[in-house]
Amino acid sequence: MVTDFTPLQSLGGGALIGLAAVVLMALHGRILGATGILGGLLRFDDLADWRLKAALLVGMAMGPLVLLWLTGSVPVVDIPVSPLAIVLGGVVVGIGVSYGGGCTSGHGVCGNARFSRRSLVATVTFMATAFATVYVTRHLIGA
Amino acid sequence: MRIVSALLIGMIFGIGIAVSGMMNPAKVLNFFDLAQIAQGTWDPSLAFVMGGALAVAIPGYRLVLGRRAPRSAPLLANRFDLPGTRVIDRRLVLGSATFGIGWGIAGFCPGGALPALGTAEPEAFLFVAALIGGLLLARVLQARSLHPKPAT
Repeated sequence: MVTDFTPLQSLGGGALIGLAAVVLMALHGRILGATGILGGLLRFDDLADWRLKAALLVGMAMGPLVLLWLTGSVPVVDIPVSPLAIVLGGVVVGIGVSYGGGCTSGHGVCGNARFSRRSLVATVTFMATAFATVYVTRHLIGA
Repeated sequence: MRIVSALLIGMIFGIGIAVSGMMNPAKVLNFFDLAQIAQGTWDPSLAFVMGGALAVAIPGYRLVLGRRAPRSAPLLANRFDLPGTRVIDRRLVLGSATFGIGWGIAGFCPGGALPALGTAEPEAFLFVAALIGGLLLARVLQARSLHPKPAT
């Protein structure tokens, strides 16, 4: 499945992701990481914290709907892998981000933006294994 | 005020993810498929997502966090809640390596999948359900390693 190179949309979308991270830090003093948000929703010991994370999650899922309302179309979600790969990938990602303490948003954007050495090591590591995994699945065992 | 602002921040993030292409696994996997460079079909867009995000977040964080008295607080909370640990250990490296493998298998990362829920794409729900399963499984494994059964 060939996709178009979209430098301007990707740069602009990235800038919005960065803006969201900065505003969350300025208002709430938190790192904007999807792992932390989802993990926090699976704990019920702090109601104020749970509500904040639930609101972030609902806002995120509303993003595509706001785009539909503003532009009349939603960016496509094309799935080039099997449902089995989606489930397997989801479980593996869940275990990995738990031990690694963050994902693309938490380490990749927020951690690197404050020059955390931990986040730099995490980012280089997960990018490297993602490149290697796609090489293996597409060119060694895949069709 | 806290809830409304969090909702709006989530929305900005979700719009950014959707516009950038991060919620589209086809685009993510084409970025990771370097063999496509030779075929002329490689999609380097995701490097621009990270570039755009850091171009805003680096000066933004500096403005918000930099050169402040230690006691200063965010506008709607008591304190800045930043990760305290600086240790680079096996746990960080192996966990991140595992995350990258899962990302390469499915094409979704957590930040890409949560906004994708808003498109009602069934695979996004499947991925997030499996992701929650993985988070809970890791929690059980971590609790066991922290509280090992006494030797009998």
